[in-house]
Amino acid sequence: MNTLAPEARALLDEVTQFIYREARFQDDHAYDEWEALWTEDGVYWIPANGEGGDPEMEMSIVYDNRSRIALRIRQFHTGKRYSQSPQSRLRRIVSNIEILNQDGDELLVTSNAMVFESSVRGDIIWASRNEYTLRREGHAMRMARKKVVLVNNETALYSMAFLI
Amino acid sequence: MPHRVSTVTTEITLSKSAHAIPIAPAAVAGPNVRWDELIQDDHVHGSLYTDPTIYQAELRKIWCRTWVYVGHESEVPNANDYVMKSIGPEPILMTRDKSGRINLLHNRCPHRGNRVCMSEKGNARSFTCPYHGWTFGNDGALRGYPFPSGYEGADRSKLGLGKVARVASHRGFVFGSFADEGESLLEHLGAAAAAIDALCMNSPEGEVEVTAGYLKHKVKANWKFLVENETDGYHPSFVHASIFEVAQSGIGTLYDSDSSAVSRDFGKGHTENDLRPEFRKRGVPLSWFGTTADKMPAYVAQMEASYGHDKAREIMIDGTPHIMIFPNLFIAEIQLFVLQPLSVDHTVQHVTAIQFKGAPDINRRLRQQTMGSVGPAGFLLADDAAMYERTQLGVQASNPEWLYLGRGRHRERRDANGYRIGDATDETPSRGIWRHYKSLMEAA
Repeated sequence: MNTLAPEARALLDEVTQFIYREARFQDDHAYDEWEALWTEDGVYWIPANGEGGDPEMEMSIVYDNRSRIALRIRQFHTGKRYSQSPQSRLRRIVSNIEILNQDGDELLVTSNAMVFESSVRGDIIWASRNEYTLRREGHAMRMARKKVVLVNNETALYSMAFLI
Repeated sequence: MPHRVSTVTTEITLSKSAHAIPIAPAAVAGPNVRWDELIQDDHVHGSLYTDPTIYQAELRKIWCRTWVYVGHESEVPNANDYVMKSIGPEPILMTRDKSGRINLLHNRCPHRGNRVCMSEKGNARSFTCPYHGWTFGNDGALRGYPFPSGYEGADRSKLGLGKVARVASHRGFVFGSFADEGESLLEHLGAAAAAIDALCMNSPEGEVEVTAGYLKHKVKANWKFLVENETDGYHPSFVHASIFEVAQSGIGTLYDSDSSAVSRDFGKGHTENDLRPEFRKRGVPLSWFGTTADKMPAYVAQMEASYGHDKAREIMIDGTPHIMIFPNLFIAEIQLFVLQPLSVDHTVQHVTAIQFKGAPDINRRLRQQTMGSVGPAGFLLADDAAMYERTQLGVQASNPEWLYLGRGRHRERRDANGYRIGDATDETPSRGIWRHYKSLMEAA
């Protein structure tokens, strides 16, 4: 039977706790706490049409650099972001967390997620494969990149202005 | 005020989301709808957005009859390219055959009705139905079927893919009509053709391209709420207040009550928000795009080389149009929206960034701004979608039965070309859309 070495186990635990925390911030609309998880060069990417080609050349649902992430958060805080006012009620399950690669301070991590959203329109389940680049900055772990590949992103999608 | 329209149905249904849909909307359509009762000068009846029989009538009288925008020639740049498009709810295959001609084909095998093409785009000389192996050229003609002895005497020329009856394009914008006869595309476009021309002038090569792929944004709302909203200059100050507040965007002031911009009804259902009076007042090239000439030196140089300094300056001050071409093409300055009704209360907006041929530096910004603004998570469109969906819910309340579209009626006037215009926030466009809609629905 394959067991993880203690250091690998500890790292996986740390990554898992980080991803659970991110999920909780998103579910709870804890916008500022979520924003604080990003590195200064963070990129938040939700491709359209499959895995997404080159996001510099093709439309994505979200392709935010760090300043656009901040803008997204500021827009929520106005209280007039009507697609999230009233806020969607959210709970998500994150699973299948794996560390695919480690390169110095950076980790490449994947997970699967299912999000239950209840909103004015009705109830809906979103499913995705999430890919993270996590970077250790001092004692903290932060997101340098998060790519959310929605399973149904080749079809027409309802609004999803909440954090996913 | 208009009188009450008698309600026939009082059945109560519950939606899956446990939001009660109060009373089934006034089913006044029936076989003998009085369109002039439902559509009045400044009121329209709520059932126009909710009645499934009215939606079916619209499919027959609008979507299966008028010119509908399908796609752009640049989406199939090479011989044998194809892309899946739509006319109304129906999927349509847009192909470029080996001779370079654009074809619009129904995605239905003439044998047993199977879909012959299942991919969104690609390059193919022929399409083979997977069910029984019938093969069609990308011009729709039947190339052959397996075991042909079973079809002895059959007329193969009658067994091709269905073709959209009429296909025409203007400046690369391809339209189709299911009707064998009717007005020409240019007659249908009327003044909207000049708006497309003006858009193309913003490219140093005089052409726009659609190369950035689409976002497909679905809303639980009737398609006409979207058509009307596209040139509703009243809502931005409220629906988009959140992004205007945090993103030093210059858009907000274009739509306040002091704006010198005008709303316009071109007739034929085409409407616009003409923002040029504001841009001309500013007199700053590229102000329409929220930037300045010094930030886009390559583009400005290309424009001046193509059009000369003065004309280029004029084009770059005026910017691109904000026009809703009835029934489904919305040119929103830097984006194209293609509206597709799926059912009486579901609509998809296919949206992409407009690209100016031969201008990579501005194209990058066009893509980035588009991505920020539109689609399911866009800073603007997610909030528009919230309004569409809540209006669809709200309009099912039973009192009042009507929507009031009287804003600015007292100050509506004609411009030098004879088109109705109103102030920036007036409902001149909505009234124009409904006038045209009524004429289409009343037609035999």
